[in-house]
Order: sequence, then structure tokens, then C-alpha cells
Amino acid sequence: MNVALSSNKADSVVKKRKKSFLSDVKQNFYLYLLVLPGILYFVIFKYLPMVGIIVAFQDFNTVKGLFKSKFVGLKNFEYFFTSKDWLVVTWNTLYLNLLFLITGLFFSILIAIVLSEISSKYFKKVTQSLVILPNFISWTLVSMFVFALLSTDVGLINSVLKALGFIQEGKEINFYANPSLWAGILVVLKIWKTAGFGSVVYLAAIAGIDQEIYEAAKMDGASRMQCITKITLPQLKTTAVLLTLFGIGGIFHGDLGMIYAIVGDNPYLYDTTDVIDTYVFRMLRQMNDMSMSTAIGLYQSFVGFVIVYTTNYLAKKYDSDSAIF
Amino acid sequence: MKSSLENKALDLFSYLFMALFSIFCIVPFILILSSSLSDEKSVQLTGFALIPKQFSLFAYEVIFQDNAIFSAYKTTIIFTVMGTILCLIITSAMAYAISVKTFTHRNKIAFFVYFTMLFNGGLIPTYLLISKYLGLSDNILVYIVPALVNPFNMFLLRNFFKQIPDSLAESAKIDGANDIYILFKIILPLAKPAMATIGLFYGLGFWNEWFTATLFISDKDLYSLQYLIMKVLREVDFANQLNQMQGITLANYVVPTNTAKMATAVVTVGPIIFVYPFLQKYFVKGLVVGAVKG
Repeated sequence: MNVALSSNKADSVVKKRKKSFLSDVKQNFYLYLLVLPGILYFVIFKYLPMVGIIVAFQDFNTVKGLFKSKFVGLKNFEYFFTSKDWLVVTWNTLYLNLLFLITGLFFSILIAIVLSEISSKYFKKVTQSLVILPNFISWTLVSMFVFALLSTDVGLINSVLKALGFIQEGKEINFYANPSLWAGILVVLKIWKTAGFGSVVYLAAIAGIDQEIYEAAKMDGASRMQCITKITLPQLKTTAVLLTLFGIGGIFHGDLGMIYAIVGDNPYLYDTTDVIDTYVFRMLRQMNDMSMSTAIGLYQSFVGFVIVYTTNYLAKKYDSDSAIF
Repeated sequence: MKSSLENKALDLFSYLFMALFSIFCIVPFILILSSSLSDEKSVQLTGFALIPKQFSLFAYEVIFQDNAIFSAYKTTIIFTVMGTILCLIITSAMAYAISVKTFTHRNKIAFFVYFTMLFNGGLIPTYLLISKYLGLSDNILVYIVPALVNPFNMFLLRNFFKQIPDSLAESAKIDGANDIYILFKIILPLAKPAMATIGLFYGLGFWNEWFTATLFISDKDLYSLQYLIMKVLREVDFANQLNQMQGITLANYVVPTNTAKMATAVVTVGPIIFVYPFLQKYFVKGLVVGAVKG
């Protein structure tokens, strides 16, 4: 009886679906009208370029265009994976992003905890404003700062070191030709720009912790330090794990906006700063090799997709409400 | 006794750490400001310093002689204002439609948008589309159109709309209002804080835009401010340009290459510092809303 009923119901659902789309458009005409510009945008600027992925399998020629260029199969991929570049850029992308992730996590949480321990409201407000400010500055301006600090002839760091007698005239540190320093420099810049802003989420999480837990702990004689290590930090774990998982989801995408703005086309520094995105970008501008760049971009998109999918699955498992979708 | 000592140490560390980190964050700003106000000769002699060794406004005089900054300002303001308004309209329209529970295909549309966050065609196909097939190179629209809807902002806004009780829209519907009227007259006025947050996200994104310009803009009148900074910093012939602008070469004249770079940076960062208090207020709120409800 039950089975019959439910299959009947299913039938009617199917019928409803079949007749639906046009009448649905009629019924929800204005909603469709509202959503239409957005849909068009995504079709044109996000889905159409996916068709362009075929360039990766062609010897693309701008004159011949997308549909008449010669098909070459996996040759572009072969070329990339047999060069030593692919290991360098893949390694740099993963390594730099991992460094950014770990240091960002550490400093964001540290700032949040330290701010929540400060009792002077005025001091708290001013310092918080100052540490969030760099987030609103573009990376191109940061590259100007970097020049003012690191330039060999006029940079502040070199002139301070000279004034203090650590280095002699003519023996300035040539930052722009010394690749081994740049992982560290990029990490410092990333902390400078994002750690303060990143602390906002943790501050919100700290504000959300039940105050009664702290009061009960104080009654039992817990010190402030103990409150931090035994209550605050464990309570931040969920937020930290989730943000880290999302960070790992993006680990295969280098920060082109940052690295290109700061390093630019400085070949001395490629060894430690060249990530997949800057490599693709350079291929496009300097070699004008569309097919190679698309192939490398596809490699990145594909691996990135697998990583996002996995981390999103893990996030869902860890906390069912928190997955993006 | 022990705990009071520990408390003091903790306080000391907290205040000291925040003070030092704040200084760390603010020093570069002071450095470029001071450098831009320095005399070029003193900079060449001893380098940039946190306090100008020899005060001079010459760098500003020089950069304002050229109209590059003014035209970059004009371009940037136009596409920031136009772009932000268009983005807000299209994003909120889409977000509202898929927040309505009676809208049949809202989940499919949401996935359609979400998928673009997971996978994309990459830089080159997008570049080909925009430059070759849409012909938007050297057109101010290239700053705006390819950035109309940010999926993250769209979902943030949808989540906000979802919290608004359905009964409001339903009762308006009974009175004969259509969805467009409901969105603009009922929903958006209630969503002002969320719209302000998203608007600032978009606005700041446009203001700090330079990457689009590297790909699609070669017309000097259409440079964005941030792209101009890149150019000024990188271009080897910047000094020559300045020289030509000056026309005459005086015997004692030093081309203010370094200080003029810094002055350009200061001129472009100004507005951000100016609106920062507003930005901070909304961003912090919006970020928290997004993080908690995201």
C-alpha cells in the first residue's frame, strides 16, 4: 500500500517536472529576469573560457583561431613535464603557500589572543586599526614599499646597516639578485599585509566563547595564562582547522597578484619565487605561447580542483555546517 | 604572588607585541611619505630615511606637471564607481532570486555558480575571449565587465537575504508587487549593512586593480592608478621622461627619480587612508557575518 502510494507520488512529481520549465518561467518570470544577467555573466566569462581549454591540445595560431588551429594531442603537456621548470614552479607554489598558511595561522591567532588580553580600550582600538590597515593596500604599492626598503643604493635597510657599521660602503646587500632571501621576504610581506585582518575572524570566535567557562575556571584558581592555553586555544580549534583546510584547498594557486607585483620579470629570483601562475603569465607575455600556457593552466586547474574537492569533503566531515557547498 | 607576576609578564608581552607589530605595519607608510618629501640629492647620498633629511616638495611639483596621475585618477574613479554600482545591482539581483524558497531551480543555479569557484578555463582562454573575441582591449569596460559578479560575494549576500523573514515578501506579493519591486523597495533597504560590506569589497577591488591593465590596456589615458605605480617603479626610462618634462637641463639640477616614485605612491594611497575608518567599520562586521554564517 505504502509502496504504491509513494510510487504514485513519484509519478506525479515526474509529470510535474516534465510540464514544468515553461510554465515555471511564466510563474516566476521576474525571478528569472533578476537572475538572467548573472547567469549570462557566468556563461560568458566563466563557462565559455572552459571551451578554450582545447587550446592546450593545439598548436594555437592567433590568425587561424580556436577552431582551425592544428591539433597536437598531449605534446604541450609532454614538453612542460619534461622540462625542469615544472618541478621548480610546482615546488615553489606549494612551498610558498604552505609557508604563508602556517605563518598566517600563527600570527593571526597570536594577534587575536594578545588583543583580547589587552584591557586598555583605546590602545586596543588604535593598534587594531594599524595592523588591519595594510590589508587595504594593493600589492603594487607594497612593491613600492619593498623598493624603498630593499633597494641597493637608496633602500632603508642598507642605509641603516651601513650607519650601524654592519656593512661597508660598496658592500650593500643586493636583495634583488639574491634568490635565497626571497622566501623569507615574501613571508614577511604576507604577514605584514594579511595577519592583522586574519585575526578578525579569531577575535570574533573568542568573543563568542561563553564567559561562564572563564568565570568557573577563575573560581577554581586558574591563571590567565592557563585560561588561554586550556580554554581559548582549544575553543579556536574548529575555526583554525576549517580556515586551514580552505587554505589548503587553494594551495595549488600561487598568489600572482602579489608575486608578480613584487618580483616582476626579474630572472635572478625565479628559482625561489616563480610559481605556476607567474610562469603561465610570463609564457603568455614573453613567449606569446598560448598553447603551452593553457596546458600548464589546465594542469593547475585540474590538480587544484582535486585538492579543493578533497579538502571540502574533509571540512564537511569535520564540521557538517562548514563546507562551502 | 606567582600569579600576579605572571599577569604582569602577560600584560607586558601583550602591550609590547601589539606596539611592535603596529610599528611594523605603519613604518612603510611613514617611509614613503618621508621619502617623497625629501630632497633627491640627500636621498642619493644617504638613502631613504624615516624623517626627511632635507625637506623638499620638488618631487610633487614634478609629478603634477605631467597629467598621467590626473588621467589615471579619472579612469580609476570612473570604473570604480560605475563598476561598484553595476556589480551591486547584478549580484544582489542574482543573490535575491536564489534566496527565494519557492524558486524552483535555485539550487541548480547555485551549483552553476559554485562550480566556477572550483574549476575555470584559466588565464589564457579568458584572455583570448576578452581581447580577441569580445574586443575589449583598451576599453574602460574591460575593468568592469569581466568582474561583474564575484561568487563569494554573491553567496555572502544570499545568506544574508535568507535571514530576512519570507513573510515580508509574501505579504507584498499578495498586494500585487512583483519580485523586482520587492527586491528594490523591501529587501535592499533591509540589507543595507550587507550591501555596504559587499559594495566596499567590490569598490576596493576596483580601486586596487592593476592586473587587468597589464593584460588589456596599452592606451596611457586608460591606465589605472595602481598600474601607473607599477609602470613608474619598473620603467627604466622614467628618469628620462622626467628629464624631458623639465625641458631645460640646469647645471645643478638632479632628476628626482627616487623621490618622484615615492610621491606617486603617496598620491595614490591617500584616498584609502582617508576612507579607512569607514572601511574598517564595515569590513570587520561583514567579515564576521560571512565567517559565522558562511
